[in-house]
Amino acid sequence: MSAATATLPLRDPAARGRLGALVAAIVVLWPLLVLAEFRPAALFETAHLQVMGDFLRGFLPPATAPDFLVLLARATLETLAIATAGIALAFLIAAPLAVLASRALSVSRIGPGPGQRRAALVRAATRAVLTVLRAIPEVVWALVFVRALGLGPGAGVLALAVTYGGMLGKVYAEILESGDTRSARALLEAGSGRLGALFYALVPSTAQELASYTVYRWECAVRASVVMGFVGAGGLGQLMDQSMKMLNGGEASTILLTFLFLVVLADAASAVIRKVLA
Amino acid sequence: MSATAETSGGRHGPCWGCFALAFALLAAVVWSFAYLAVDWRQLFSSESMRLMAKFVGEFFPPDLSSAFVLKAAWGALQTFAVAAIGTLLAVGAASLLALPAAGRFGLAPRLAARLALNVLRSVPELVWAALMVIAAGLGPFAGTLALALHTTGVLGRLYAESLENLPAAPERALRDAGSGAIAAFAYAALPLVTAQGVAYALYRLEMNIRMAAVLGFVGAGGLGQMLYFHLSIFQQAQAATLLIAMFVLVFAVDSLSAAVRGRLVPAQG
Repeated sequence: MSAATATLPLRDPAARGRLGALVAAIVVLWPLLVLAEFRPAALFETAHLQVMGDFLRGFLPPATAPDFLVLLARATLETLAIATAGIALAFLIAAPLAVLASRALSVSRIGPGPGQRRAALVRAATRAVLTVLRAIPEVVWALVFVRALGLGPGAGVLALAVTYGGMLGKVYAEILESGDTRSARALLEAGSGRLGALFYALVPSTAQELASYTVYRWECAVRASVVMGFVGAGGLGQLMDQSMKMLNGGEASTILLTFLFLVVLADAASAVIRKVLA
Repeated sequence: MSATAETSGGRHGPCWGCFALAFALLAAVVWSFAYLAVDWRQLFSSESMRLMAKFVGEFFPPDLSSAFVLKAAWGALQTFAVAAIGTLLAVGAASLLALPAAGRFGLAPRLAARLALNVLRSVPELVWAALMVIAAGLGPFAGTLALALHTTGVLGRLYAESLENLPAAPERALRDAGSGAIAAFAYAALPLVTAQGVAYALYRLEMNIRMAAVLGFVGAGGLGQMLYFHLSIFQQAQAATLLIAMFVLVFAVDSLSAAVRGRLVPAQG
């Protein structure tokens, strides 16, 4: 047996395909690298190394002055409040739109009945609305709402609500479709309403996934407070901005540690919620 | 997933944990709104409605002169390049970090890799971008690095979890049959996680497209930088064109990636 395999020439039957894919990848990647001005050497220029080194040296020790810590605590609470309120409103936007957009709850799709085209049109329109909501960056929404509410957390909350509403809606719809939809279909075929099928068939089987994605988005909202600093929404973002502009490494590292703590907190919350829902 | 649903369906009595959880979440939301104390009525006053409508109205009509559309298309390409290269770098780094993070080299490397991934993930992209602008100068390269660093943290964790959730039997079988550790991993474990890994990477690419557009605000090139420039000098018509370009880019990448993901992991039902 071993003699027979030894005489066979060692040859990769997929070699040509692999080579082709490699060449294609390089042809596609090269212009992208040029466009992104990919120059790793820039990292090692002495001028850059100097500034970065000075800044990073300042990271240790982290700032622990009492008045800065008070400021940090207030900013953290503000960030948490903005993220929580934003996600709550985003959920209110996303949940109905997701139910409208999801194919899993379509009665007309079960059989070619009347209104199939109209239902497909409604779903497409809902998806388009969701895309518009999330394609426009938070900052631009924030600039719109600043006109009404003035500088402050209100504009930040609304901007988060609108963009994250679009993202949550899209992902909720996808999660509802990706799970096992047969139970929902059985209920619909037996004549139950859409909401009944949603709450008794789809939500129970996808609750954990829906919850963990929502918590993940909350975590993203906490990070997005950095963007909100741009519109004077306060919070950790504004504090970080000030510290970075003054190249105050000690304060920056304390704020980064706070972010790390909040992410660990979000992980723990996600684990608890999934355990309760299991 | 369905197995857990069945067990919970068979449980008797009210779910006190659910009530406690719902109450805690509701309390957190109420506290948040109370803490912020925003006067929401202002939003619906006719004066602010007028101001918002005026601001939105200034975006119309968008500047569709061919010269500017070309510029916007160039910006969109650059944003795509930043997101794509950033995601690609992150896939490479995340794959390397996921191995120790999945506990394949023992406990100490596992904890160290997890800590590194958490740090990478918890620092917001914009902060990474500001740091990278200090380290590498203004321009799209800083944005690329910022996306790569943050995405490494996210993908590394997801990849490590996929590796940990793998069934051990196929790899074990190869090892028992005398193959080396690397060959066993490459032929038994890797094929099982590749499709999921590519799907995660495409998901991140969709998010990074949007993020790359925002990163421009700190001087990382692309559509974001142009948008920031035109908004700050009150050229809303140009800004509107850029927003349309962003919408087209997001829509194109989302649809393409959804199509590819759909083929990778065949949907059930």
